[in-house]
Amino acid sequence: MARLDILKTYKIYIGGQFPRTESGRYYPLKGKDKTILANVCLSSRKDFRNAVVAARSAVAGWSSRSGFNRGQILYRIAEMLEGRKKQFISELILQGVAAPAAETEVNLSIDRLVYYAGWCDKYQALFGTINPVASSHFNFSVPEPMGVVAAIAPEDQSLLGMVTVIAPIIAGGNTCIVLASESKPLCAVTFAEVIHSSDVPAGVVNILTGSSAELHSHFASHMDINALVYYGNNAAQIKLMQEQASTSVKRMFVHAPATAKDPKAQGPYQIMDVQEIKTTWHPIEQIGPGKAGY
Amino acid sequence: MKKTNGSPEASTLSTAWDYTPSPESTEHIHLEKQYELFIDGKFVKPGAGKYFDTINPATEQKIASVAEADEKDVNKAVQAARKAYDKVWSRMPAAERAKYIYRIARMIQERSREFAVIESMDGGKPIRESRDIDVPLAANHFFYYAGWADKLEYAFPNRKPNSLGVAGQIIPWNFPLLMAAWKIAPALATGNTVVLKPAETTPLTALKLAELIRDSGLPDGVVNIITGAGKTGAAIVGHPDINKIAFTGSTDVGKLIQKTLAGTSKKLTLELGGKAANIIFEDAPIDQAVEGIINGIFFNQGHVCCAGSRLFVQEGIADTVIRKLKARMESLIVGDPLDKNTDIGAINSKGQLETINRYIEIGKNEGAEIHQSSCTLPGKGYFCKPTLFLNASQSHRIVQEEIFGPVLTIQTFRTVEEVIEKANNIPYGLSAGVWTDKGSKIFNLTSRLRAGVIWANTYNKFDPTSPFGGYKESGFGREGGLHGLQPYLKF
Repeated sequence: MARLDILKTYKIYIGGQFPRTESGRYYPLKGKDKTILANVCLSSRKDFRNAVVAARSAVAGWSSRSGFNRGQILYRIAEMLEGRKKQFISELILQGVAAPAAETEVNLSIDRLVYYAGWCDKYQALFGTINPVASSHFNFSVPEPMGVVAAIAPEDQSLLGMVTVIAPIIAGGNTCIVLASESKPLCAVTFAEVIHSSDVPAGVVNILTGSSAELHSHFASHMDINALVYYGNNAAQIKLMQEQASTSVKRMFVHAPATAKDPKAQGPYQIMDVQEIKTTWHPIEQIGPGKAGY
Repeated sequence: MKKTNGSPEASTLSTAWDYTPSPESTEHIHLEKQYELFIDGKFVKPGAGKYFDTINPATEQKIASVAEADEKDVNKAVQAARKAYDKVWSRMPAAERAKYIYRIARMIQERSREFAVIESMDGGKPIRESRDIDVPLAANHFFYYAGWADKLEYAFPNRKPNSLGVAGQIIPWNFPLLMAAWKIAPALATGNTVVLKPAETTPLTALKLAELIRDSGLPDGVVNIITGAGKTGAAIVGHPDINKIAFTGSTDVGKLIQKTLAGTSKKLTLELGGKAANIIFEDAPIDQAVEGIINGIFFNQGHVCCAGSRLFVQEGIADTVIRKLKARMESLIVGDPLDKNTDIGAINSKGQLETINRYIEIGKNEGAEIHQSSCTLPGKGYFCKPTLFLNASQSHRIVQEEIFGPVLTIQTFRTVEEVIEKANNIPYGLSAGVWTDKGSKIFNLTSRLRAGVIWANTYNKFDPTSPFGGYKESGFGREGGLHGLQPYLKF
C-alpha cells in the first residue's frame, strides 16, 4: 500500500509564532489540475492588529542592532533559503511557475538577500551628511528607521516579491507586516519558516495571507503604522490607501507590480524610502588661541 | 540684553535700570498702498477685483491692501510657471540658473534692513530677530542652493536627477520671508518653476521679494507669487498642472492636503506642527539651559513649529530651574516689535491671540499651575505675557496640542527611560532639546528621541546647510542641506 503524504498546514506568522488566523476563515488554493493544494488563512483585521503590536514591540531591539549585525542576519536568511532551495522551487512549480523560471526566481531571491545584507552597514555613510553650518556647532544628519512598515507584496511573484519587499525594510532597522500574494501564498508562508530559523528576532517580520481587497484599508488606516509599501496597480486601492494614510501622515510608496523582477528593483534608495533623516546640533566651544591644532 | 528690575535674582541691586525706547526707523522703507498678484513677471490685478487688508499686529493699523487670488488667477499663475518651465528654465544651463539665484541672494543682502523692518511691521516679530535671523538666513538660503544647481548629479549616487516641473508652495505666517526662501531656493536650483502663496496675515515681505525678483531679471514666470487665504491655497493644491506641492503649516491642513493628493502623481512634502520636548538633566549647565529654555519657547513669540514647548526637568534641579526661569522671564521685554530692545513682539494676529488665550484657559481648567511674567502689555495690539504652566501632566491638552504661542508646560522626571517615553509619547516628531554635560547621555537621548531635529545643549538653531523636517505627524521630506534637494527631483 502506498504511503499517505503528510500535507502541510499553511499558517500565518506573527511575533515569531505560527498561529492560525483568529477569523477561522480560509480560502482553498487550487493547483493546475484543480486539486486543492492548501487551505490558506484568510487573515482578519484582528490578525493585522496583533501583527502591528508584535512589530511595534520589536522596533526598539531591531533598530538598535548594529548595521553589521543586521547584515549578518540578512546573510543568514540567504543561507537558510539556499539550503531549502529545492522546496521553494517545487512550491513555485505547484503554484504554476515553469521549472526554469522557478529556479531563476529562487536564485534571484537568495542573491537579493545577500545584496541587502551588504547594505546594512553602508547606506548610512552614503546618505548621512556632516553639515558645515555657519555658526559654531557640530551638525550632522543620519538616516534612522521609520519604525513599523506595512506592505502589500506583489501578486505575481510569490517568493521574489516577498524578498524584494522585506529585505530593504529590515535592512534599515524597521519591522514589518507583509501581506503575501493572494494567488501564490505558499512560498510566502514557507519563507516565514526561513525567517524563523535565521536569527531574525520575533516580530521583526510578520507575514499574513489573505485578501488585499479585505485588508488594504486596515493597513492604511491603522494609527500605529509609520509607512506603507504597496506593489500593485489597483488604482482604487492605491487612492483609498493614500487617503487613509493621511489620517496619521503615513508615508506611502507605490511600486508597479512588475518591478520586483527588474534587477533595478534593488538598491539603497529602497532602503532610504523607509528612513527618516535626523539632524543633530551641538555647540563647539570656541575658547583658546585661534588656529590651535594646525 | 537684561532688564533687571522686578527680578528676584536682581533684588540685591540697588538701582533699577530701564531701557530707553530705541525704535528702528521706518522712514527708509517703501510700501505701496495696494499690492497686486505677481504673475509672469508682472504685477497684475486679481480677476475678481477682491482685496484684503494686512495689518500691523502691534498697532492694529492697516498697512496695505493685498489682492486675493481666485481659481482663475491661480490658473494664470500655473500657466505662466508651466510656460517658463517648458520654454526657458528647464532648458537653461544649470550654471546660468545658479547665477540668477546667486543674484537674488545678493539683492536680499543689499536690501536686508528694509526687509527686516517690513517683516516686523507685518508679522509682529521683534526687529532683533528679523534683522539678525530671518533676513540673513533667507539670503543665505538662496546663496547656498544657488551653488547646488550645477552639481546635482553629485548628490545622488548612481542616479540621474531631473526636475519635476511646476511646484506649488504654501507657506505660513511665522517666518514669512524665510519660509519663502526655504521653498523657492531649492525649487529653482533643481530646475523647477514656482507658484508661491504666502500666508494671508503676512504677505508683504513675499511681495517685496516679488519686486526684488522682478528687478533681478529672473525670466518671467519662473517665480509667481500670489496672495490669498485658504481658498487660494486649495486652488493651488487642486490644480491639475502642478507637479509638486510643498506645504508648511498646521498638521490638520497638512493631512487634508495629503488626502486631496491621494491618487494623483503630485509629489508632496509637508512640514507640519510640533510639540518639542526640551529635556534638562541634573548634570546640565543650568544657566545655559535656562537661556535655552527661554530661547526655545519665547523665540518669535513661540510661533515656531519646533518651539521647545514641553519642558522636562529632572526632579533634583526642578526648584532651581523653575526659580531661575521665572527670574529670567521677568527680564524679558514685551512690546513694540520695532524696538531694538524688545525680546517678545506682537502675537501675529487677533485670531492667534484668541487661540493662545483659549489654551491658557484650558490649562488653568485642567489644573496646571499658571505663572506669568509681571510685565505690562501695550494698550494696543495683540500681545501675550510669557507664560509657564507648572505641574502639567502628560494627558493635559496643553501638553499634547500645539499652542503656537509663548506658553511653556513644565513636567518633572526621574529617569532617562521615563523622559524618553514621555517625550516620544505624542503624535508629533519635529524637534527636541537635550541638556546635559555628559556626552554618552547626549547620544543616548539624541538617537532615541523620535524627531527630525535634535538640539543638544543648544536650541532653535537654523542653517541652510542643515536639513529640517519631521517624523510622524510633523510631516515628511526635508528642507535645507543636501537632503532638501530630493523633494524637488525625480530619478
